[in-house]
Amino acid sequence: MPTVIVNNKPVEIAPGEKLNCVQVAQRAGDEIPSYCWHKDLSVVASCRMCLVEVGEKKPDGTIAMQPKLSPGCQTPVKDGMVIVSNSEKVLAAQKATLEYLLLNHPLDCPVCDQAGECGLQDYSYEYGRGYSRLQEPKNIKPDKDYIGDQITLFTDRCIMCTRCVRFTREISGTAEMQVISRGTHEEIDIFPGEPCNNKLAGNVVDLCPVGALCSKDFLYKQRVWWLKSKNSVCPGCSTGCSITVDQNEDILYRLKPRENPQAQGSFMCDEGRFGWKYVHSNSRLTQPEQRTGGQTVSRDWTTVQNALKAALKGAQGQGPSKTAFVVSPWATVEEAYLLTKFAKEISATAKVAMGPVRVVGEDDLYPKDVHGNPMQPTKFTIRAEKCPNRLGVEAVLKHLTGELLTFAAVLDQIGRGEIEQLYVLGGDPEGWISEADVSKLDKLKLLIVQDLLESAASGKAQFVLPGGAWAEKDGTFVNHKGLAQAIHRGLRGPDGSRQDGRILMELLGRSGLFHASTLRQEIAGEIPELAALIVGDLGEEGALLNTAAKSELQPA
Amino acid sequence: MSNFEPTLLARINKPDSSSLETYRRDGGYEGFKKALGMAPVDVINIVKDSGLRGRGGAGFPTGLKWTFLPKDHPGPIYLAINADESEPATFNNRILMEQDPHQVLEGIAISCHAIKSNRAYIYLRYEYGRSYRVLQKAIDECYAAGLFGKNIHGTGFDLDVVLHRGAAAYICGEETGLIESLEGKRAWPRIKPPFPAIEGLFRKPTIVNNIETMACVKQILDRGVEWFKSIGVPPDPNNPRDAGSYGPKLYCISGHVNKPGCVELPMGVTSRQLIEEHGGGVWKGNKAKAVVPGGISMGFLSADELDLPLDFNGPGKAGCLGLGTAAITVIDDQTSMVDVLFNCARFFAHESCGQCTPCREGTAWMHKILNRIRMGEGQLRDLDLLTEVAGSMGIIPGTTICGLSDGAAWPIKNAIKKFRGEFEEYIKTGKKTVKPADALMAAH
Repeated sequence: MPTVIVNNKPVEIAPGEKLNCVQVAQRAGDEIPSYCWHKDLSVVASCRMCLVEVGEKKPDGTIAMQPKLSPGCQTPVKDGMVIVSNSEKVLAAQKATLEYLLLNHPLDCPVCDQAGECGLQDYSYEYGRGYSRLQEPKNIKPDKDYIGDQITLFTDRCIMCTRCVRFTREISGTAEMQVISRGTHEEIDIFPGEPCNNKLAGNVVDLCPVGALCSKDFLYKQRVWWLKSKNSVCPGCSTGCSITVDQNEDILYRLKPRENPQAQGSFMCDEGRFGWKYVHSNSRLTQPEQRTGGQTVSRDWTTVQNALKAALKGAQGQGPSKTAFVVSPWATVEEAYLLTKFAKEISATAKVAMGPVRVVGEDDLYPKDVHGNPMQPTKFTIRAEKCPNRLGVEAVLKHLTGELLTFAAVLDQIGRGEIEQLYVLGGDPEGWISEADVSKLDKLKLLIVQDLLESAASGKAQFVLPGGAWAEKDGTFVNHKGLAQAIHRGLRGPDGSRQDGRILMELLGRSGLFHASTLRQEIAGEIPELAALIVGDLGEEGALLNTAAKSELQPA
Repeated sequence: MSNFEPTLLARINKPDSSSLETYRRDGGYEGFKKALGMAPVDVINIVKDSGLRGRGGAGFPTGLKWTFLPKDHPGPIYLAINADESEPATFNNRILMEQDPHQVLEGIAISCHAIKSNRAYIYLRYEYGRSYRVLQKAIDECYAAGLFGKNIHGTGFDLDVVLHRGAAAYICGEETGLIESLEGKRAWPRIKPPFPAIEGLFRKPTIVNNIETMACVKQILDRGVEWFKSIGVPPDPNNPRDAGSYGPKLYCISGHVNKPGCVELPMGVTSRQLIEEHGGGVWKGNKAKAVVPGGISMGFLSADELDLPLDFNGPGKAGCLGLGTAAITVIDDQTSMVDVLFNCARFFAHESCGQCTPCREGTAWMHKILNRIRMGEGQLRDLDLLTEVAGSMGIIPGTTICGLSDGAAWPIKNAIKKFRGEFEEYIKTGKKTVKPADALMAAH
């Protein structure tokens, strides 16, 4: 195994593995500070924060160090290399670079959004000198709120790492951002009249290591040290970007991409990033309801649930059941499993169908060329299938019901009078039935809606159960390529609503709390396609469903 | 030295010296013809044997640079000519381009044949309007006469020469900055390796040479290796790394002299000779206080270092960065070094490309500090701060990508070391040499 020595610690790397000094030091548990380097962007080695001493261990055991410092991000490691990142010379260079970066930085941390998660703050504390020797006035540069609909630029905070410029050139391919002027008067800017509004634009805010590029959506809303983060998965499309949900006092403030090479990489799209607002919508369902003839009978959870169960059981006659259950592709694997179990408990012949799978346009591939055509290699995909868990729900339904009934078929059967009772588990903020189709539900004798938001359908229902949004629950989503990832309850839903898993547990009469890991193991034991869930805790990266099942689960 | 006859400047100031007709009458393009009859590798060997070192400033052996090209490369290989003569007080390329463009073009044609390149780009700084017009006319003449274009002299060798006018920035004189600019990008120097000879212009092998180097190549082909080696300074036997400083060199003289100008002399004359014999002495009967040996980025020679030979090694012995462009700027004893250094710092702060943090912020900071000193508000500790800042930037300590900040730091280090007494005196007496209007100008 090739071995690299980082600060006297040997680190083994795989043969043929391409790493730079910064990455190898990370493995050794040492940090080499860096600003401009990002693993998904090209190397410019311009911030000079990652300067290290490098050398070579000769076969005879002697070590020959290079006389000058080298940028760690630009120096690939090879067998026998020696990296020193804690010598006096390196520390002096880090100190000098930080002093330079702070010369014209306004130090307006008290009013800066980035404070608390700022590269300059962290490194200054760790590697800086603590005071500046600049006696002259700092450069003053104009703030630019026109960078994008969602992006504003505090120009004087910028440290010119050019990550944002490289992102728009290399990942989105739209190249809106550029560097203007020269030397210390340099500024980040857009080309006149071409704001940075591409569908990946929000990433430049995350990439910015300081508080220069800020999200207009998040600006001045919250200090970051008050935010509590939970790992989750973006439900916006079947790509299933790994994200964190940042909330305080049960108010969601922002979503940030979380690096996951198995899922999407390091980024996320703006549709997902800013598409969570319905979580705090005024039209959230907040109370369970039982209605008869337009009159509310009860708003008590226990009463409603018991009445619901009785109504469903009472509707079962001698022949095949006329009851159908619909599971939205926005439901988690666990919810699909529990609802199917509940359906079977009501009647062995009850139908369980897949909810409508919303597909909008075609997959949107990045980077794009100047004409907007995708270029190879593809670095990011916004998928047309706008739901997070079609594959997961399909796997459950296929195994437990032996077929895959579509929602269109359910509507047909309602029309023919073959279905008289319908239980819908929703979750899609765009609703699960179109305005045109709502009237088709009038033929039903019993409609039960478990959903997030008020809708024409929930207005017709005899039973309404307020569920939780994806950010409010634990569970599993399976993305387009069969990667099962865990979502975590980041915040509590509005008063009166309950996690869907809990509602279903209660309907099933199962004792105990809803616990996703335990359920995953139960599901893995029962459904071979989902055997990979046996690990229970899916960790940060998730688990790929096993290969045989994966090929079956691949979208056509 | 009295019998030294100028060759590079031989045709300067003659009537119609820039036309192809007069150039051919003086034996022009015979060297190119001769070179076309030789194998490219033989041409490279001639240049290598001559000991010609690049005239752009760094003094890298030209023939050796050419051999760095990958062997048997399918092409294209490019020759990029650096005519972005942006070092302050340097104007020798301009004289060659304006007065004798064909000498340069012939050198380019020979070099292209040697490195098997079919396309040469001349990167000309924007300010040189006349050079642009003269060179373009000369190139057109060459195409019309069949000297450039397809199948030259029936040898099957094709050559296109493209004259490109830059947008004027000091950094475009750095070879990879020049390449980026030529590609239409922001002139931010590239990370090396890969060096341009492996991956340069449009990601193809590229040789970057200076205008004066091209003129020398032409002369070497005409007059031979022995002639070239008979001029200049042989290698220092005590320094195994010295490749010698052979050949004629164009020295520019400017600053406080009676007769500024450009003269061709053998390598290794001293600044004193240049001032006294060719520059007509220091003006107003003053004495020289300091001399910039070759472009301000090289640092300063003090009055008692004027007898150092100006070859590739000479200025280095006095703590300068090198010979540079061999354009001396004379500073008389009536001039404050504070003002001189302030001006240097202002130049580099203005010209730093802004890519690497130490250079971007350091050059501007040094400018601000020197401005404060100049305004009479300096403190003695500022001198140490300046030295520290200057010492922390450049490719020599390894903190930047290109050498611009070495050049920015060198005059600061040099001046504070050699003239520290004057700086301390200036700070202690709280003297102000600026008038209010100048101060406003400095803030720009």
